[in-house]
Amino acid sequence: MQNKLWGYRRPDGRMGVRNHVLILPTITCATQAAHQITQLVHGTVSFIHQHGCAQVGADYEQTFRTYVGLGTNSNVYGVVVLGLGCETHQAREIAAEIAKSGKPVEVVSIQDYGGTLMAIAQGAKIAAQMVQDASALSREPFDFSELIVGTECGGSDACSGLSANPAVGVVSDLIVDHGGTAILAETTELIGAEHLLADRAVDDKVAKRVYEVIQAMENRAIRMGVDIRTGNPSPGNIKGGLTTLEEKSLGAAAKAGTRPLQELIDYAQIPSKKGLVWMDTPGHDIEQLTGMVAGGAQIVLFTSGRGTPTGSPIAPVIKIATNTPMFEKMKDNMDVNAGTIIEGTETIEDVGRRIFAEIVSVASGKLTKSEILKQHDFGIWRIGPTF
Amino acid sequence: METVYKTVMMKPQDNVAVALSNIPAGTVVQMKCRGKIMTVKLKDLIEFGHKFAVVPIKSGEDVIKYGEVIGLAVKDIAVGEHVHIHNVEGKRGRGDKMSHAK
Repeated sequence: MQNKLWGYRRPDGRMGVRNHVLILPTITCATQAAHQITQLVHGTVSFIHQHGCAQVGADYEQTFRTYVGLGTNSNVYGVVVLGLGCETHQAREIAAEIAKSGKPVEVVSIQDYGGTLMAIAQGAKIAAQMVQDASALSREPFDFSELIVGTECGGSDACSGLSANPAVGVVSDLIVDHGGTAILAETTELIGAEHLLADRAVDDKVAKRVYEVIQAMENRAIRMGVDIRTGNPSPGNIKGGLTTLEEKSLGAAAKAGTRPLQELIDYAQIPSKKGLVWMDTPGHDIEQLTGMVAGGAQIVLFTSGRGTPTGSPIAPVIKIATNTPMFEKMKDNMDVNAGTIIEGTETIEDVGRRIFAEIVSVASGKLTKSEILKQHDFGIWRIGPTF
Repeated sequence: METVYKTVMMKPQDNVAVALSNIPAGTVVQMKCRGKIMTVKLKDLIEFGHKFAVVPIKSGEDVIKYGEVIGLAVKDIAVGEHVHIHNVEGKRGRGDKMSHAK
């Protein structure tokens, strides 16, 4: 199996599989200007969001950590942090944190630069120079020990737990065996499967944390006085044959393969260990994706039974269909078909090896469907109210 | 009549299996799971990805798939009957069952 990957070495030593210049709007009010800059300057990416002001406490910190994590992700060459000026999430503070990684970072403020058009002009000028500097870099070889791969399932059906998720489990084991890091996430969708993962924890501390984060997530639904099934499994999951959250969870947990669980990290936190790690995120696809990319994932594997366009502005997302009819119907969006397992023409291990080979190609430059379609999704898991 | 419709039963202790295509009511399907062979006559149309009971499940009993509990039967379920949200509830995240629920 070809295991050599080709990527970009960053000043902090981490390897990127893409070479983006990120226009990072720290506040809703700056997202339109940031989008305009991406229209003007080739090689830049950004995202629209509704955050960055009137946030406090742990909720403020989680959003701050997410912005910084996206800026420091090794797929990003340099960052233009674009602020309005009066927001709680100050562009200068976020830029200062990102700058610790050693990569180029500049700040543009709409209020300081005399309005939207001046800020766009200034941001575009800085971004244009960064893009040219980025383009002068060459890819160099690296191996799986420097790769963090996020795993995710969205729009699940009853095949998810039979085909694509177990195949991703094979890949997760392969990544771990090659010295890399695989992130398991979506705590909500592990409710009912937590005992299986706690049994694989490296120590009692990690096992205890597994039960703590599961209970905290379950309690959020209980406090609202509702059956969690009113939101998860979703109507599409139910149509696909999934009856309860526990059933969905047992299928989702198959993505975690069989290796020991090394640590349990907070949302948008960078793993401190290699191997299999669990990031505490909600089941919401885009919030989970954003959290894993902010946690340093250079590539994300995403399984779907119903089909989804999901993509990230920063990390390539390899989307894996659980069944062939959906793969054929949504070829614009799906990268790999695991439906062959259902038909009996390939084994779970066969498909796992095929996905692993796709990671090698994508890490070295092959574009995924969501990158080609510019599907730049972004969503932060908010854990407090807006004031 | 016995047919070639594909189904899958994950663990021998499971009380449900999954249809791998749309299977009409009245079809007799056979499941093999780690040496255990079961034959079931379907009472309902079972759509692709949906579950049916392979043994009788009484109201109040756990529904087992992957060898694990996936929920609670809220009606008696006969062999070959469709097993889904009309006769099974989740046991987790049930804020509606708490005293403060409206």
